[in-house]
Amino acid sequence: MIQVLAFYLFAIMVIASGALVVLARNPVHSVLWLILAFFNAAGLMILVGAEFIAMLLVIVYVGAVAVLFLFVVMMLNIDFAELRAGFVKNAPLSVAVAVILLAEIVLGIGAYRVGLIELGTPDGTAAPILGESNIENIGILLYSRYLFLFEMAGIILLVAMIGAIVLTHRESRAVRAHQDITKQNMRRPEDATEMKRPEVGQGVEL
Amino acid sequence: MIGIEHYIVVSSILFVLGVLGIFLNRKNVIVILMAIELILLSVNINLVAFSAFLGDLTGQVFAMFVLTVAAAEAAIGLAILVTYFRRRGTIAVDDINRMKG
Repeated sequence: MIQVLAFYLFAIMVIASGALVVLARNPVHSVLWLILAFFNAAGLMILVGAEFIAMLLVIVYVGAVAVLFLFVVMMLNIDFAELRAGFVKNAPLSVAVAVILLAEIVLGIGAYRVGLIELGTPDGTAAPILGESNIENIGILLYSRYLFLFEMAGIILLVAMIGAIVLTHRESRAVRAHQDITKQNMRRPEDATEMKRPEVGQGVEL
Repeated sequence: MIGIEHYIVVSSILFVLGVLGIFLNRKNVIVILMAIELILLSVNINLVAFSAFLGDLTGQVFAMFVLTVAAAEAAIGLAILVTYFRRRGTIAVDDINRMKG
C-alpha cells in the first residue's frame, strides 16, 4: 500500500516538475524544477529496486549537470524576456505535436495490453543473482560482459571534457607576458643602449 | 499493484513534455537543452522499469551509458553556448544562420 502511495507521489511530482521546467518563465526556476524532477525520478527507480541508477542520477544529474546548467544560466547575461517572445505564437503547434505524440504512445501501450505486441523474454544471462545487492549485480555485469562498453563510456567523457575545455578556454594575452627566446638571445648591447657625450651645459636629446 | 504500464505511462508523459518544451521554447537554447535532459530522463525511467520487471540487468547498465552520454552532451552543448554568447552577445537560436547551412 505504501509502495502504491509512494509511486503516485513520485509520479505526480516528476510530471508536475517536468511541466514546470518547460513552462517556467525564468530559466533559473527551470533548472531548479529540473533538479526536483531528477530527485523524484530517482525515487521512482528506488521503488523498483534499482538503487545504483537512482543514486547515480542524484550524483551525476543533480550534482553535476544541473549545477552546470545553473552556472551557465547565471553566468551569461541574457535577456530572457526577449527569448520568450515566440512562446504564445508557438503554443498551438507545439501542443498539437505533443498531443499527437502522446496519442501515438498511448496507442502503442494499448496494443501491448490487448496482446498485439509481444515483448521479448530475457534469456537469463543478465539476470540478477539472488541475495546480492543491486550494485554488486551491476558491477558483475559491467566489469565482465560490458567491460569494453564501460571503457568506451570513459573515453566519451574524456573527449567531452577535452572538447569543452578547448571550446571555452580563452588565452588572456593582456596578462601573460609573451617570451621569445630567439629574440632574447639576439639582443645585443649595441641595440639596447646608446652612448651620449653631452657638451657641458647642454642637455641630452632622447 | 503497480505494474510496468504505470511506469511506461509516466515516462511517456515525461517524454512528451520534453518534446513540448523543445517546440515551445524554440529561441531559448538553454531550455531546449533542459528539455533534452527531460527526454533522456524519461528514457532512463523506461529502461530501468523494464529491466526491473523483466528481471534482466542489461537495462540498468544501458541506463548508465545513457547517463554518460547525457552528461557529455550537456557539457559540450553548454560549452558551445558559452562561446557563441561571447561572440554574438545573444543565444537566440533561430537567428544562427552565419554558416548559411
